[in-house]
Amino acid sequence: MTALKVENLAKTFQLKKPLFRATPPGVRAVRPMSFDVAAGETLGVVGESGCGKSTLARMLVGLLEPSAGRIEIAGRALDNADPEEFGKLIQYVFQDPTSSLNPRKTIRQIIEAPLKRLYKMPKEKREARISEIFDSVNLREEFLDRYPHEFSGGQAQRIGIARALAANPEIIILDEPVSALDVSVQAQVLNLMEVLKAEFGLTYLFITHDLAVVEAVSDRILVLYFGAVVEVGRADSIFANPRHPYTKLLADSAPVVGRPLTAPEQKGSELPDPLNPPTGCAFAGRCPRATDLCRKTDPVLEKMGDDQFAACHHPL
Amino acid sequence: MTAFLKLLFRNQLAALGAVVLGIIIVAVLLTPVLPLQDPNVTATADRFLKPLAEGHLLGTDHLGRDMLSRLLHGTLLSLGVGVAAALLAALIGSAIGIVAGYVGGRTDNFVMRGVDMLMAFPYILLALAIVAALGPGLMNALIAVAAVNIPFFARNIRGVTVSLAGREFIDAARLSGMSHTRIVLTELLPNVLPVIIIAMSTTIGWMILETAGLSFLGLGSQPPQADLGSMLGEARSALITYPHVSVIPGVMIFLIVMSVNLLGDGLRDALDPRLRSGALSRPRATTLVDRQGEVPEATDDLLAIQELQTQFHVGPRIYRAVGGVSLAVKPGECLGLIGESGSGKSVTALSVMGLVSSPPGVITGGAVRFQGKDLIGARYEALRRMRGDRVAYIFQDPLSTLHPLYRVGDQLAEAIRSHHKVGKDEARKRAVQLFNDVRIPNAQNRIDNYPHEMSGGMRQRVGIAMALANDPDVIIADEPTTALDVTVQAQILSLLNDLRRDRGLAIVFITHDFGVVAQLCDRIAVMYAGRIVEEGPTNAVLERPAHPYTKRLIACVPELGGGRRELAAIRGLPPVVDDLPPGCAFAPRCDKAQPDCKKGEIPLDGAGTRAVRCLYPEADLTRDEEATA
Ligand SMILES: Nc1ncnc2c1ncn2[C@@H]1O[C@H](COP(=O)(O)OP(=O)(O)OP(=O)(O)O)[C@@H](O)[C@H]1O
Ligand code: SF4
Ligand code: SF4
Ligand SMILES: [Mg+2]
Repeated sequence: MTALKVENLAKTFQLKKPLFRATPPGVRAVRPMSFDVAAGETLGVVGESGCGKSTLARMLVGLLEPSAGRIEIAGRALDNADPEEFGKLIQYVFQDPTSSLNPRKTIRQIIEAPLKRLYKMPKEKREARISEIFDSVNLREEFLDRYPHEFSGGQAQRIGIARALAANPEIIILDEPVSALDVSVQAQVLNLMEVLKAEFGLTYLFITHDLAVVEAVSDRILVLYFGAVVEVGRADSIFANPRHPYTKLLADSAPVVGRPLTAPEQKGSELPDPLNPPTGCAFAGRCPRATDLCRKTDPVLEKMGDDQFAACHHPL
Repeated sequence: MTAFLKLLFRNQLAALGAVVLGIIIVAVLLTPVLPLQDPNVTATADRFLKPLAEGHLLGTDHLGRDMLSRLLHGTLLSLGVGVAAALLAALIGSAIGIVAGYVGGRTDNFVMRGVDMLMAFPYILLALAIVAALGPGLMNALIAVAAVNIPFFARNIRGVTVSLAGREFIDAARLSGMSHTRIVLTELLPNVLPVIIIAMSTTIGWMILETAGLSFLGLGSQPPQADLGSMLGEARSALITYPHVSVIPGVMIFLIVMSVNLLGDGLRDALDPRLRSGALSRPRATTLVDRQGEVPEATDDLLAIQELQTQFHVGPRIYRAVGGVSLAVKPGECLGLIGESGSGKSVTALSVMGLVSSPPGVITGGAVRFQGKDLIGARYEALRRMRGDRVAYIFQDPLSTLHPLYRVGDQLAEAIRSHHKVGKDEARKRAVQLFNDVRIPNAQNRIDNYPHEMSGGMRQRVGIAMALANDPDVIIADEPTTALDVTVQAQILSLLNDLRRDRGLAIVFITHDFGVVAQLCDRIAVMYAGRIVEEGPTNAVLERPAHPYTKRLIACVPELGGGRRELAAIRGLPPVVDDLPPGCAFAPRCDKAQPDCKKGEIPLDGAGTRAVRCLYPEADLTRDEEATA
């Protein structure tokens, strides 16, 4: 079963028209991309800052209107960017746990909101449901009447997860859910999410820039570069056998105990400029295998071995 | 609430304002029940009686009306109108500001242009124009004063709303199914309310004054009704002959505006979160030093931190952020400092050059020696000369060290010129050289960029170039790569590594990433709750950690290539450093804890190059030492 299906989804941010000049072409934050997530799967999404991870996520939950393409969740097409409609099917866990909780509301008010607004649940039922959810995320019920600043990062993130669960969604998007947390707490939260996934039959989209974390929690991994999918593959093999040169660069750059320190990339290579995008493969400026073909035509995603797709003219 | 009042009245001027205003308000509220004469009854026979005349405590005016009665009634009216105008301005202005800030886009643009246009007029002209259009009268004066103050509120509140509307909790509220109206009312409003109150408390005094001004010109309250402004206006003609008639309302206006403004400023300061933690004083240029006990002897290390203790004194609580830390580096050496958030890594680093903000920070013990010379308690001039020149910092957020309004190259040249007497051209040449050193491509042009024109990775490289500008002997890097992408991080780490090989630079590298430490550092020290719990050569510690905390922490870090798996975690949280348990601070989370772990001080014991602060270590350090020997 497919929980989430994305077809040719794209987002271009229009820039302001300068006085006396033509409107600039706009920033193509997400270039047309298609992928599926199976029910019960965890799909990891990795890429460097600015590659469009958060724009993609915000379109998927309806906070941002796509410029093109369609989104289908559990067989229903949703493309009107209405968070109220999306909210019952797909929810979001934010990167910064404290800034995602309103400092002037109690935890109870925060978790109650989806039950009240999305499901119009009466009071007694809400109470029961909240204690059930709080129990699932291992928080004590006495926390319900406190304010967000009284919690540590790890606790606040569990409250954020509880709020997402309260909407009873099919899919949860986790946008860097542990990067603001300490390593000792990071593991607590990641393990809890694994348990919740089984308990509530969830599907996850896990966005991060930490390769080791994404590998540890995902079934499949999607590598984004400059707004486009450059490689998709199984989590246990993609970094060991990358086909796209960018995936290999990522894997080689990750600091690993016992590997000597080297800069895997040539000195002086520069990232592509979103306002003035290069023609052809966006990675060509940094790629050791780049040829004239790469600089002319944009490669498309092609199947390369079982379960692995890469967008490259000269794959590894 | 009582804490808030205490904070408010610690400001003596605010307290004075509150007392004066309180007396005025009580007097005014009692006016209807006091046995006063009718303020509007004229008695031409008793014109211009001096104060203390019989039956007229404050004398009479040009129509023989009782001044005391008129003053109190007038004050009531002036205060009432001022407060009403302030409420009206705050209500409408804030509503405009919140809506413009939340909706954004074209609406925002349109509304704010209009507000800018209104603000471009001198406000008194605008008020006069409004009254001229509406006709004189107290009500119209009220409307005019409120109207000219609306732009001020709209502008302030919009600014706050824009920054709040970008916060994630607003997105979360939308995903919880809340409508826009509900979000504005229940998510935004409670958060902007303090700002509205501050804006009101600082403007209400001026609004009272502005209303009085309009009445003074005869455009506000109409005779015989008294308000402070019209009393002053009517007394104008007798200013020289009978000064008391104008001095009395004048003093009242002065008292009201002064007390309201003093109280308003006090309120603003008390509501300011920056002041809530510290005293009302400005931060000092160097950290306060109040050293107890012996100062340790000098060693021959390049930089030695010895038994350093740094505390934060917040109210009655004492946070022992650094509780006796000793560390040392030699030229060309890199020391990794590892620990969880709040373990005191940054405070240790900042204490070296007296950069911990005081208040609330105080260095209470130990020494920091650079080439044997103690830096703690050194004079500000001496420290300033060394900051950046001999010991330089790289911070996690490069924007914190770069000024947004100056070109990066100029800032770099300035950093060089503040420590060395070189010409402008010379400094610029050196800046280009440094940009090349930190591998900023196209250095000649990049040097003229403003900070915001560079990507995060580029800015961090500029931060490193700044740190290298004066060829320091030591660099203290506080999580310089945590916010960067892995590919950029790899470049910066290899750059730092080259520098210490080439220039003999000593590095103290603060991080919580074992992968980074393993690749860059010769030795590591692990911190927990303000103390070093383990220290030793990198490989030895990573392969055979001796402290249970180190071992568990290493297990928590997922490593690339491990496949899908459950991750190890440490249950519980690090202790808060204002109430540390006796004995081992890790005991509540430790599997091996025994009753004696929770008794007295546990020393940092070791053999050779390794040391551990634990009664039941995971590895036998003496054996370890023999094996390597
Ligand atoms: N200005 C301050 N006022 C009061 N307490 C402070 C202040 N700055 C730091 N502290 C406290 O000092 C302790 C150590 O903080 P420090 O910033 O050194 O931790 P850290 O190890 O660098 O953490 P991180 O990994 O989050 O950067 C913490 O308990 C912190 O709350
Ligand atoms: S298409 Fe060419 S430039 Fe792009 S990644 Fe492949 S080899 Fe490199
Ligand atoms: S001293 Fe005791 S409680 Fe502390 S780490 Fe060692 S064994 Fe654990
Ligand atoms: Mg820190």
